[in-house]
Amino acid sequence: MQKQNSQQLKKTALESRKIILKMLTEAGNGHPGGSLSAIDIITALYFNEIKHDPKNPKWEGRDYFILGKGHGVPALYATLAQAGYFDVAECMTLRKLGSRMQGHPDRTKLNSLEASTGSLGQGLSIAQGYAMASRLDKKDNRVYCLIGDGESQEGQIWEAAMSITKYKLSNMCVILDENRFQIDGSTQDVMSLEPVMDKWKAFGFNTLEIDGHNMDEILNAFKLAREEKSRPTFIRAHTIKGKGVSFMENNNHWHGVSPTKEELVKALKELDEVKI
Amino acid sequence: MSSKATRASFGEALVELGQEFKNVVVLDADLSKSTKSEGFAKKFPERFFQMGIQEANMIGVAAGMSFTGKVPFLCSFGCFLTGRFDTIRVSVGYSNANVRLVGTHAGVGIGEDGYSQMALEDIACMRTLPGMAVLQPADDVETKQMMRFLMTHQGPVYLRLTRQNLASVNAADYKFQFGRGVQLKDGKDAVVFATGGVVANALEAAINLEKQAKSVAVVNIHTIKPIDKEIIQNWANKVNKFFTIEDHNVLGGLGGAVSEVLSELGKPVKLKRLGVQDVYGESGTPEDLYTKHLLDAPGIAQSLTKLL
Repeated sequence: MQKQNSQQLKKTALESRKIILKMLTEAGNGHPGGSLSAIDIITALYFNEIKHDPKNPKWEGRDYFILGKGHGVPALYATLAQAGYFDVAECMTLRKLGSRMQGHPDRTKLNSLEASTGSLGQGLSIAQGYAMASRLDKKDNRVYCLIGDGESQEGQIWEAAMSITKYKLSNMCVILDENRFQIDGSTQDVMSLEPVMDKWKAFGFNTLEIDGHNMDEILNAFKLAREEKSRPTFIRAHTIKGKGVSFMENNNHWHGVSPTKEELVKALKELDEVKI
Repeated sequence: MSSKATRASFGEALVELGQEFKNVVVLDADLSKSTKSEGFAKKFPERFFQMGIQEANMIGVAAGMSFTGKVPFLCSFGCFLTGRFDTIRVSVGYSNANVRLVGTHAGVGIGEDGYSQMALEDIACMRTLPGMAVLQPADDVETKQMMRFLMTHQGPVYLRLTRQNLASVNAADYKFQFGRGVQLKDGKDAVVFATGGVVANALEAAINLEKQAKSVAVVNIHTIKPIDKEIIQNWANKVNKFFTIEDHNVLGGLGGAVSEVLSELGKPVKLKRLGVQDVYGESGTPEDLYTKHLLDAPGIAQSLTKLL
């Protein structure tokens, strides 16, 4: 695919934000907050960073993207649709009976998904498996895994962190979508991850810290991760839950509640007024 | 008669298949000496992955590897693997990962280590996952053929193996058929469905009962899921007394599987489930534990006699 520059990526992400909100309103439930916090990172991955072929989802030369925080999947559906894997119209079947757009990712229904996630903490291990198989076959496919900050409370994340560095999987890049909230409140209150950077550093990762909504910073971090040949990379992306819609930003009400039709109109109006 | 633990047969088969199939990979969580994956580890170090004491991560990693076309065998004690049920449920079952979960140290047969190391609910757990095949061989020849079958089968599998040595029950020309029970002995009064480590004991008990003019058939159920409904139905047409026996909790294991089929058949058949009677295991010699739980040949004969 043609790589988009950071200006184009911003436009694509803006369009995805609209699709995310429309599909969530159509579904009547789902997770807007964590989808909007992740969308810039996922957009940068699919429209600039990773090798993939929408016409051939199982192309052996592709890089792999695993969405650990499966509840953020509307962001991935919107991205895949815009990349050409399926029509944007299909996104509007989200969470409906018989739809490939399951509430959380199901790889058996939609072949452009690399993993079925939603039970938190499992995606990173699956990502490690892809990276190890790629190594074994002496291939250069890279593996990207986006995890949540709430998700990082799962023990399996730290099992994987220990294991990924044991195997020196420099073909792996773990991105933390740190939007600072989880269902029951602020991550700080529920179960603090601090000191986040020290932890991943101590496990042996190349650690980077960025603004997860700044395309130039995102692209630069991916570039640095690619250039790191001895260690896996961890990118701490500071994000805003509900980013892009003023009444959703940093308001944890929007973790798992979809906008009503009226709220959607309001949100789309805001997004339509954004100048890029 | 030769006597060998099915974990040992598994270890040998793994080396052979590893030679033949380059997409076989093996993962172990610090128990390769016990699960017998160490032979493969020595022969094919580049395809053996020591995952440390991290069963959940190992399960996820194996799933990821399988999505690229590898056939991962991941090994640990059955209780430790199936104890990570949600990881298996989502990363393997729901994901339809072509993974072979190999759980050794089945049942009270492990002996002295006691309950925390005994797989006693593993069959019940694995059986509830759609698409998950649940296999338990009864001897060396069956284990090896099952292993070969696993190279062509598509979909997740749970393979349950014993620590203790087992006497052979199958002839050398035996042919394993997935999903098909194997009649080891004919009988007129009753039928025993047995699986895994207790099959040889059930056979011995039934042969001994002939001396008391009691005619009991023995069927080896190596595939607990999908269960062989046909053989159950055929026997329900012939006899009205059924027994199941397993080194596993009687809830949800072979006893559960057979009773589910039988109860829907609506035949006037009485079923007695023999095995670990919904209690936790404990330390003791394997022999003492088999005597206590009536899993040895005399114990099985005693249970059968009581109800015949």
